[in-house]
Amino acid sequence: MLTGGLTRFRFTQSAIDTEAARRELLDSGAGGYVSFEGWVRDHNEGLEVTRLEYEAFVELAVKEGDRIVADALRRFPVKHALCIHRVGALDLRDMAVWVGVSAVHRGEAFDACRFIIDEVKHRVPIWKKEHYRNGDSGWVNCERCAAAPRHDHDDGDVHHHAAVPALQK
Amino acid sequence: MNDSDAAPVYGLILAGGSSTRMQRDKAALRYLGKSQLDRAFELASRHLPRVFVSVRAGQAADPTRAQHPLIVDSVAGEGPIVGIRSALAAFPTAAWLVMACDLPFLSAAALSQLLRERDTAGLATAYRSVHDGLPEPLCAIWEPAAAAALAAYQETGGSCPRKFLIRSAARLIEPDDPRALDNVNTPEEYAEALAALEPIAAAECKQLKIQYYALMREQAGRSEETLDSSAATPSDLYDELTARHGFTLSRNQVKVAVNGDFSDWSRPLRAGDAVVFIPPVAGG
Repeated sequence: MLTGGLTRFRFTQSAIDTEAARRELLDSGAGGYVSFEGWVRDHNEGLEVTRLEYEAFVELAVKEGDRIVADALRRFPVKHALCIHRVGALDLRDMAVWVGVSAVHRGEAFDACRFIIDEVKHRVPIWKKEHYRNGDSGWVNCERCAAAPRHDHDDGDVHHHAAVPALQK
Repeated sequence: MNDSDAAPVYGLILAGGSSTRMQRDKAALRYLGKSQLDRAFELASRHLPRVFVSVRAGQAADPTRAQHPLIVDSVAGEGPIVGIRSALAAFPTAAWLVMACDLPFLSAAALSQLLRERDTAGLATAYRSVHDGLPEPLCAIWEPAAAAALAAYQETGGSCPRKFLIRSAARLIEPDDPRALDNVNTPEEYAEALAALEPIAAAECKQLKIQYYALMREQAGRSEETLDSSAATPSDLYDELTARHGFTLSRNQVKVAVNGDFSDWSRPLRAGDAVVFIPPVAGG
């Protein structure tokens, strides 16, 4: 098992080394591996995004992220799982988050990978500030959405978050 | 009564008892997140320049005790009188504020009163019990002159510090807080004390450390602050800080963490708690 004191959820200040992360999941009993990469996209809710900043409450985020991966290992019969998240300033096309799962069969690997990224988005104390072409910036889910109730819809990519009927700025 | 010629007062926490009725080590019983020994030690350290823990020879390596400066029993006999005499022997020019470690309600105010009303000319200054009117030898100041008198008392077969105080030139004072000296000897009394202490601690003004992230960090204009607050719960604290910093998020949009993990909004806050408010997250 991938334990030995290493947490199964980590932060990094620099580009995620997906090849090294993938190697941590290798297992001669695994018949396959699924990974998900979240990328910085150039638009969100009708605004042109130019760059992002991620900030985390690292102590609790690592604890909660590790609990999510442990949940996934309990729920799905997979071999290993790992999630790595960026913090700091990111540009368009940068990778914000990586999830990898190895398993005996592909089905469980897909399911566990989807479970981990969905839970991380909802539960881990990480915040994202978007900077827009028009000079504005805002904390996603906190400002334009502050007055609206949250109704999440899963589209599975980096900028999935609360839907807003109309922009308030 | 603290004239400049008076002996300095050191603290002695008695932790050598056998806790027979409690059936657990009373020094290690936890209140509000700390062992009673640590609570008593911290309380005494706020008032006194040096504080020691009194132990029997076999207890010096016990982990609850070993982290503090110790005075190991050095005179023959049994019971608290041995601990008091050993301290007087170790520092013959000091007076000792002796505290049992089963007094969870003992407060800074109670120690201040004892020090304020100290009689440096007598052998001791002790509280008079609100229950039986007799002196309380285990929350008392023992003067250096008591050393010889206690030795003589033990040589004639005496072993009870209360009886010693009844016969001696001890000043007895009335406690301002009648509950300050309630001791805890049984599991039932421990449960009652725990239930009584939580709300007292929660309502007190206490120092809290707050950390802010993301939108709330920008609105507060800082990433952390340490402040004194009488907020009993994180919910009260959020209201207090929203008034101060103008947070735009309502409480039901925010989560809270206390001491590194998610918490209920109604958990009682304690002195030293680290509180983090968590605006809506957006990882991934």
